[in-house]
Amino acid sequence: MMQILGDFIERDTSENSDFLMINFSATSTPLKQRWRNNGLSADFLADYLTTFFPCDDDKSLQQRTELKEGVNFVANELLENAMKFNFSASKYPIRLFMGLEKKQILLYVSNYIDASVVNNWQYKLNEILREDTHKLFMEQLIKNDKEQKIDSGLGYLSMINDWNAKFAWKFESVKDDENVQKVTVMAQLS
Amino acid sequence: MEIIRDDYQVQFNSDNNTVLCSGSFRLTGSEYGPIMEILNTVADEQPEFLIMDLTALKFLNSSGINTLCKFVMRLRKNNISTVKVVGSNEFAWQKKSLANFKKLLPSLELEFE
Repeated sequence: MMQILGDFIERDTSENSDFLMINFSATSTPLKQRWRNNGLSADFLADYLTTFFPCDDDKSLQQRTELKEGVNFVANELLENAMKFNFSASKYPIRLFMGLEKKQILLYVSNYIDASVVNNWQYKLNEILREDTHKLFMEQLIKNDKEQKIDSGLGYLSMINDWNAKFAWKFESVKDDENVQKVTVMAQLS
Repeated sequence: MEIIRDDYQVQFNSDNNTVLCSGSFRLTGSEYGPIMEILNTVADEQPEFLIMDLTALKFLNSSGINTLCKFVMRLRKNNISTVKVVGSNEFAWQKKSLANFKKLLPSLELEFE
């Protein structure tokens, strides 16, 4: 079974497309030790893409800087989420894909989550797709201040509000394991 | 009061009431605890004015945004209204993310150099 939220564009892996893919294999290494990989990977993607966006004036230089920092922030957030919420990291991998297109960057991160939390997740993601994200951001900050939660819940809202990232998600059943679902998040940056 | 790590640093200088955050804040939610402790101590000392120097803060993840926003909310609660945040034009993210501070504390002054 497959469910889509938002306008999901499939990855383009054809021979005449430019893309990068990083696979983090299933591991029993503690999260704290793997956390550094998020930043290193995000930095690498951001640096790499600049070669595809040459600039010849101040305006294009500014646009490239923004895109670079946007990709860095979004890739880092999506990897942090995937690492935090991946179901049984010792069994399932995490995959990051960056497609470089003429006028946009498409980032995809896939991981596996506990099937019992899918409904709750989808409810929250639909809220993000539907509602005013600036209002949601302020509400979440007030909630965090009262509840002292470790997880801020501000990641998607910051990516949308600060970097104009557009999101879609694909949820897929996993063969031979009904306890998990594969989730792929797509972020569109231009 | 200070935290000095290879990747990031937080320092409070009581001579000029300045909180300095530098490096890359890419920590997990719980790792922000010691930073929050320093910031809470600063806010609870109720200084007459406060300067936040973020000019050398290269990166801030969403848990870091949460930490700094909570600090600004605590300043508001403690009636510390004379607050200046200094950022850098070098980092595009700062103009975007730091604008939230003004929504939380309208009297806060944001300056980029």
